[in-house]
Amino acid sequence: MKPRVTIIDYGMGNIWSIKNALAYLGWDSNVVDTPDNVVSADMIILPGVGSFRQAMLTLSEKRLDESILELVSIKKRKILGICLGMQLMAMAGEEDGGAIGLQLIPGVAEHFGKALSSNGLKVPHVGFNEVRGNGNSILFRRNSSPTDFYFTHSYRIPSDIIGGYHGICDYGEMFLASYESDNIFATQFHPEKSQTNGLRLLDNFLRA
Amino acid sequence: MLSRNFRLQKVGNLNWLKKNYDFSHISFFIDELIILDVSRRERCISMFSKVLESLTEGCFVPIAAGGGIRTIEDASLLLRSGADKVVINTPLFKDRSLLNGLITNFGRQCVVGSVDLKKFGDEKYQIWIESGAACLSGAPANLLGAMLDNPPGEIYLNSIDQDGTGKGFDLTMLGQLPERFPSPIILAGGAGNAKHLTEVLFDPRVDAVATANLLNFVGDGLMKARKAVDASGITLAKWPDKNSYLSNSL
Repeated sequence: MKPRVTIIDYGMGNIWSIKNALAYLGWDSNVVDTPDNVVSADMIILPGVGSFRQAMLTLSEKRLDESILELVSIKKRKILGICLGMQLMAMAGEEDGGAIGLQLIPGVAEHFGKALSSNGLKVPHVGFNEVRGNGNSILFRRNSSPTDFYFTHSYRIPSDIIGGYHGICDYGEMFLASYESDNIFATQFHPEKSQTNGLRLLDNFLRA
Repeated sequence: MLSRNFRLQKVGNLNWLKKNYDFSHISFFIDELIILDVSRRERCISMFSKVLESLTEGCFVPIAAGGGIRTIEDASLLLRSGADKVVINTPLFKDRSLLNGLITNFGRQCVVGSVDLKKFGDEKYQIWIESGAACLSGAPANLLGAMLDNPPGEIYLNSIDQDGTGKGFDLTMLGQLPERFPSPIILAGGAGNAKHLTEVLFDPRVDAVATANLLNFVGDGLMKARKAVDASGITLAKWPDKNSYLSNSL
């Protein structure tokens, strides 16, 4: 049986859009919000829009944080974090007073630097922007480089982290647009909102 | 063209829309999609949310939706039905607490303020609300300036005079904005061809252009317009088209 994609619902994310993209690519998905359903998943997508601290609080109240770590770190199932979902996978996030993250990505999600406004760049960073993948990345297979993806965010993980494959975006400064290491995948942009570029990236993740 | 204008079609007739607008095809030639419910009779958000889900199936672009949002719950329903952003018009001026509440709940990037301007006299403009049925007294710069402390993430600035004519945008409207207004401006109303889009995109005061009229050239009008804008030297995002994507890569 073809594996199923499990989308984690903690009340903060446009789940409908992700389901829409998965269906287009021919994948079954289910939306879950309990630890049991997370631990038994074949692979998970962690979406998210909103505040880092609130999201971590919700994940921990529902005990979803432990089950995500069990699935990903012990059972070695694939995870794809999207937007806030990627940030939650960082060591910590400084938004809204700060909180500890899931610690799957060795970086910290911080607000865009001060240099941006002196360059006349607006925050949040909204719209399509180019991403360059490094090395032999799975996520960027079959996509031209650079690739345009849709972003909408005010916080980001700086690009100078160690290990894994990085997708880098330049918005007044270089930041981590995507990350992958073994079974861990994450994108700061929204592949489900990035036309055929995003569909291809999602397809790469699903087949990885 | 007027008879086929999106805004003049009977709203609520989903079958007509699906037959004449293959959104899942058209959407591959745009960066974002704006879907507005402009029914004048009593609007129903739950019905609109169903239409939204159905229309946006197979669309993989950011979607802004609005028309009739009066509460946080209304917005939340649209955001769960395929919308990434919500568009408000009347409450922007009549219910500041809703604007502030939407920004607090969903983030500034999620809120688009729709501003309908109409000329009166030679140089002056008025803001119209309630689907163009009522006008506000006061200069647009003052009315918009009043929200500078907590502005919506984007402004969708529409010319009622030009809307649906296909005769080109009204750039003089931009003079109606307060100085240093921080939010990106989407200019709307009047685009009839690629040249109209290109001219305006070279204006540094404009961040994006919107067109409903070009959608009405059922066929490849929008695709050609996008190619023409790109060829003019304005950098647009690129992606493989849907057909080559489907046949070559999956």
